[in-house]
Amino acid sequence: MATAAGAHEAHEHTHYTTTGLDNRKIAIWAFIGSECMLFGSLISTYLVYKGRSVVGPLPHEAWTSPAGEVFKPILNIPVTSASTFVLLMSSLFMVLALAAVENKGKAGYEGLLGSSKFWLLATAIAGAIFLAFQAYEFTSFVHEGLTIRTNLFGTTFFTLTGFHGTHVAVGVLWLMSLFFIDLKRGLEPRDAILVDLCALYWHFVDVVWIVIFTLVYLIQ
Amino acid sequence: METSSAIPTHDASEQSGIWSWITTVDHKRIGILYLYTALFYLLVGGLEALLIRTQLAKPNLSVVSAETYNQLFTMHGTTMVFLVVMPLSAAFFNYLIPLQIGARDVAFPRLNAFSYWVYALGGLFITLPIFFGIAPNGGWFGYAPLSGPTFGGGFNMDFWVLGLQILGISSLAAAFNFITTIINLRAPGMTLMRMPMFTWMSFVVQFLVVLAFPVITAALFFLQFDRFFGTNFYEVQAGGDPLLWQHLFWVFGHPEVYILILPAFGLVSEVLPTHSRKPLFGYNVMAYSGIMIGFLGFGVWAHHMFAVGMGPVADSIFSVATMLIGLPTGVKIFNWIATMYGGSLRFPVSMKFAIGLIAMFTIGGISGVMHSSPPSDLQQTDTYFIVAHFHYVLYGGAMMGIFAGIYHYFPKITGRFMSERLGNWQFWLNFIGLNLTFFPMHFSGMLGMPRRIYTYDAGQGWDLFNLMSTAGTYLLLVAGLIFAYNFFKSRVSGAPASSDPWGAPTLEWSIPSPPPDYNFAQIPEVTSRYPMWDLKAPDRTAGIEHSHADAADIADAHAAPMHEETERRTAKELGIPMPFNTIKPFLVALGIVVMFSGMIVLHMGKFPLAMATMLGGGVFMVASLYAWLTSPLE
Amino acid sequence: MSIDRAHADHTHEHPTWKQYKWVALWLFLITIVEVWAYYIPAFVASPAFKPALLLMSAIKFAVVVMYYMHLKFDHPLFRKLFIGPMIIAGATLIAFLFLFGNVRIG
Repeated sequence: MATAAGAHEAHEHTHYTTTGLDNRKIAIWAFIGSECMLFGSLISTYLVYKGRSVVGPLPHEAWTSPAGEVFKPILNIPVTSASTFVLLMSSLFMVLALAAVENKGKAGYEGLLGSSKFWLLATAIAGAIFLAFQAYEFTSFVHEGLTIRTNLFGTTFFTLTGFHGTHVAVGVLWLMSLFFIDLKRGLEPRDAILVDLCALYWHFVDVVWIVIFTLVYLIQ
Repeated sequence: METSSAIPTHDASEQSGIWSWITTVDHKRIGILYLYTALFYLLVGGLEALLIRTQLAKPNLSVVSAETYNQLFTMHGTTMVFLVVMPLSAAFFNYLIPLQIGARDVAFPRLNAFSYWVYALGGLFITLPIFFGIAPNGGWFGYAPLSGPTFGGGFNMDFWVLGLQILGISSLAAAFNFITTIINLRAPGMTLMRMPMFTWMSFVVQFLVVLAFPVITAALFFLQFDRFFGTNFYEVQAGGDPLLWQHLFWVFGHPEVYILILPAFGLVSEVLPTHSRKPLFGYNVMAYSGIMIGFLGFGVWAHHMFAVGMGPVADSIFSVATMLIGLPTGVKIFNWIATMYGGSLRFPVSMKFAIGLIAMFTIGGISGVMHSSPPSDLQQTDTYFIVAHFHYVLYGGAMMGIFAGIYHYFPKITGRFMSERLGNWQFWLNFIGLNLTFFPMHFSGMLGMPRRIYTYDAGQGWDLFNLMSTAGTYLLLVAGLIFAYNFFKSRVSGAPASSDPWGAPTLEWSIPSPPPDYNFAQIPEVTSRYPMWDLKAPDRTAGIEHSHADAADIADAHAAPMHEETERRTAKELGIPMPFNTIKPFLVALGIVVMFSGMIVLHMGKFPLAMATMLGGGVFMVASLYAWLTSPLE
Repeated sequence: MSIDRAHADHTHEHPTWKQYKWVALWLFLITIVEVWAYYIPAFVASPAFKPALLLMSAIKFAVVVMYYMHLKFDHPLFRKLFIGPMIIAGATLIAFLFLFGNVRIG
């Protein structure tokens, strides 16, 4: 959030810079570096506590409570594979949105498929669908008896994926803001930096999910 | 030293009044805000220490209760680390980095104001509870499970957990800002290896902040969730491991040590060459050793935890890494001494403090290397020996360096000198007081006196050492009062200082004191590591390879040849666009603090009010943020 | 110095549309293989399962960072700003796995 703020500082006129690069882009890469450490800590914690829950439900194994109640493995791989696919595709939409802004008015960027508005909205919608999947997943887990308090798995799982989901939500807000700017005044090639910043953030959130999907969902 | 007769005159257009300070985005004014705020907290943290030492002056005193004592030592540590030394460093980052690299401001001036306001409001958030007896009481390291819901159920540690989250936002935002500033706003010709050493050390520190603070953020979120939502991160009965807290805390905590000390190293690296009238010895090695310290700083954290029993392999690895990190630090000590060797030395107060740092930090550094050996550490851990060690490093090191910086840069900031006579009194009282306070702690610690106890029985051999420590603390108080008097008096009636009162080598001394709001009327072209000496004392730099000047660097269209600016005109006359003052960063900071306060209300059990506070604060923050982002900078 | 002006002209070489779609296809295919592997009990039980999945995940990670975040084409400064923290985060993670006994030596 702090960087999103800094990232938009309007250095519109061409101020001299040492490297010739945009200040905001340096700041967002520093921010992404910082996020590596944040998610590194969250993922480390998840892995350190893997298999240490004293009660179920558990991610990959069935669990029978002392009262004899049987809990199935709780992770739903087909549903999460679908949401993973949606998030991966959103990254494609995102690069197409950036390309559309950078090349606005050039040949090959006419019509709907060359429209930055279309791709920005598509990315935001894909992000929203991912969040809807996550909301479905969280509520079904709660119905099956797993909350953030139940056991170490619940605690670390909801925290890790919740942090990721919050990042996606911030990204959706950012994308929608860009979409409305595009609607209102139209994003021109000189505004590409605004989309580029959001795109870098968005792809980073995507690669974090690539890691989470493998470490949390697939590896048992 | 040269003084000019001209009394500094302020531009008629220069703004004044409280509103101009709340809305300022000028890095120099923000630096001054940091300086005053941090000095205020230095008084708070110092008084806390004074109460602690008064309680421990003799066996079985009851000046304060055990509970109050816990709050005092927790807040003393928290205040000094997060509200004093880091912000004092931030004051210098703000004031000096743009001046030293030849920039008109930082990369994101409004983000800079935001960082300050988050710090100022967050500082109040974490400090005010002590007046109501509900201040944090679980130590500045907040070890779980003492800080968790089971054993720390009151409001106390809520303020600590939430307060540190708030302060972390400030440090991170500032770090992104300074990284960008140093990479991207250097004047033409100011290559990395021509940057003043203070800027170099600051650069390293910003990366430490960027990499260390997310880890404490995660650890604090876990603790916060345990406290407020009943999660199991540090709950043993659910299989959780309190050692996770310790590991995460020290992954942050050890780089934090370097975050505290490296800026002070940078400051004395400016003071020593200036008053030795000789270039810094081994500049390149100084820069590289700073990077080495920063890098190795991430691989030594578990030496704070030898006592928990990690096994011989982990103990050995962290022990060796800790010994290694002593090398680049030792290199710095030797380079400072070599800088002075053969120089034509002057001893103003700033130089005395700088030399004081070398001596005192060496003592703290040596006891630090003693702890790097696990068998030895097991005898010392959690005793006053450790307290002695880190106070030599942080008071004898960081604070002495910062005092050196204040005396050195006061003429630049205010256009007036601080009194040397009072400064000498302060230095010597401070020097004696600090050794009287902390040196005996080595002995009381080796005799077995544990840290954090609120009183002790007579006859264990600790009585005399404790009395000495307490007496020393009162000397430090006197030294502090002299400093405060000197500071405020000199601001008004100190001897006027010229733009380059010490004959220093770097860019910040090429512009008037105090600098005009735009800093440089013309951005200078930098062709050397010591541009001011090239102009004024070329003999000092003649024999030394100190720059990588090549044809491509020379005659950049953006810059004027290196020169000293003496004229003082307004930005308007010069046609330099200045950023608008704005209240929005303050409002965003306010929204964040209100949002966090909602968690305290939640703990009171008033769910609807808590939700209203958090949502209200959150919406206010987002609205202010949008208003900020959609309004032009200048 | 390497981070100064010399490389400024690199900033605007982005991958093309066609590359973007190929990258998306590869990401899609690797994801399918990953999920497929999850449903082969014999493979899950084999010692190759974890390394294989980690490798596929790392390839996806690298592809997105290099092409979609155009780190491969951008100023080398950004590479340093990203890879430095990645190394420290990775090393810390591995150290944690050893310290908490999730991974043991020997």
